[in-house]
Amino acid sequence: MTTPLLSVENLSVSFDTPKGVVEAVRGISFEVGQERLGIVGESGSGKSQTGRAILGLTPGRVSADRIEFDGIDLRNAPARTMRNIRGRRISMIMQDPRYSLNPVMTVGWQIAEAYRVHTNANRREAKQRALEMLVTVRIREPEKVYGLYPHQVSGGMGQRVMIAMMLIPGPDLIIADEPTSALDVTVQLQVLAILDDMVRDRGMGLIFISHDLHLVSSFCDRILVMYGGQIMEVLDTGAMHRAEHPYTKGLLNCLPDLARRQETLPVLERDADWLLSRDGAP
Amino acid sequence: MIKVEGLEISFGAGANQVHAVRGASFDVARGESFGLVGESGSGKSTVLRAIAGLVPNWRGAIIIDGAALGRKRPRALHKRLQMVFQDPYGSLHPRHTVNDILKEPLIIHGMDDRETRILKALDEVGLGAGYRFRYPHQLSGGQRQRVAIARALILDPEIVLLDEPTSALDVSVQAEILNLLTRLRQERRLTYIMVSHDLAIVAHLCSRIAVMNRGAFIEEMSSDQLRTGTPEHGYTRQLLLASKGYDRAAIDQFVEFD
Repeated sequence: MTTPLLSVENLSVSFDTPKGVVEAVRGISFEVGQERLGIVGESGSGKSQTGRAILGLTPGRVSADRIEFDGIDLRNAPARTMRNIRGRRISMIMQDPRYSLNPVMTVGWQIAEAYRVHTNANRREAKQRALEMLVTVRIREPEKVYGLYPHQVSGGMGQRVMIAMMLIPGPDLIIADEPTSALDVTVQLQVLAILDDMVRDRGMGLIFISHDLHLVSSFCDRILVMYGGQIMEVLDTGAMHRAEHPYTKGLLNCLPDLARRQETLPVLERDADWLLSRDGAP
Repeated sequence: MIKVEGLEISFGAGANQVHAVRGASFDVARGESFGLVGESGSGKSTVLRAIAGLVPNWRGAIIIDGAALGRKRPRALHKRLQMVFQDPYGSLHPRHTVNDILKEPLIIHGMDDRETRILKALDEVGLGAGYRFRYPHQLSGGQRQRVAIARALILDPEIVLLDEPTSALDVSVQAEILNLLTRLRQERRLTYIMVSHDLAIVAHLCSRIAVMNRGAFIEEMSSDQLRTGTPEHGYTRQLLLASKGYDRAAIDQFVEFD
């Protein structure tokens, strides 16, 4: 791995609820370089909260020994610094384009706006860049798509628009939170290919958050497997079959396999010790 | 047992008309488990909804046990044919307890012994009597889907239509629900028609599979044929390839099928 873009040490996110404190993320540490890092876990594992905490986008209480991006401490960064980082240097792609795009603005205008906010470009330049960006994310008729409203584009195209919008300021790190879960499998792979090319050609870092172990293991360079707000295991690409943690193995086993016929699927047995082992240690 | 012939469904009129299903025909034998696979917009759910009577404008023939179905369905038919929906967060009434949810079909069909039937149905889906007076928001996604299955089974149907029953669930919960569906089918000799976009899930639960694209049936095969990777149509082969995970080189070869 190259020098880390982002280092996170002992990150915790907790929420105060009427029923007491809920710890969504419990003291996790990791680094991201110019690579594709996958974070996988089931719902409630804390994977999305981890991504949001980095950008200060969670309403929960965040504590960490270190969240450092390119020498900048993000923990106590003033709002002004954070605004400069969000979008321009670290951007985030959300799950569903239908809820993340402004329904009353054309998609092209929204992409151009993302460029104008972060640079001093005028409208014409911004439009030009937005059209180029639409070509980059492989939209066939950029001129036509530029003038469409979000409800006029398909899910796959909407997600490409989101990616274009997030890439146009030229960020160093992208946090993609289930960017392809709402898409058909072939479209999903095409969108991933775009992200993949970006990481390779522009030397970006990518944090790819997903529940799909199978997909992540074929796409990412390294994988963090999360459960109950903690990292259970860190795996290298292609090493999925060598996973040692019973949780990872359980998750892999309970997927129906096209290659072989099984009457019943193995069911994941959860073990309370998986979480206690870390909590118990100082 | 179920025979669908030349099913045509379109929505809207004039320039905005969408031809959702174009001449779908298939047979499902008693006790068989039949799968419909396709991407979003392929018309797979619409076929299922037409069989269930949830789509008013269809042409063609839907024949169950030799009797052709019309626009208006007798109440007795709904007792034999039940459906489980995709989203357990949207398909259960938020202000009804599990007891109310399970009692409603019994009231509609005038069945007695309600208490016993409700307890038996809960037991069968692995929930137990302790869940009887809970509200949906007090249940997890998997538990809700179990309630939805119990609601479908409480009338003792012969045919169960499954519309992506596990796509809203985590994979560990998905395995539990798939196992439950397998067990129930064996115990009660049910006939399933299942819709899914996931080839692995359909191949797991169904013995025969039809692939749909843009409203048309393009290929029908056994799940073993799918397993051995010998589908004939290019579209199916592409779906199969895509379901194997990320492969940068393969993605550039993807084409659109009409």
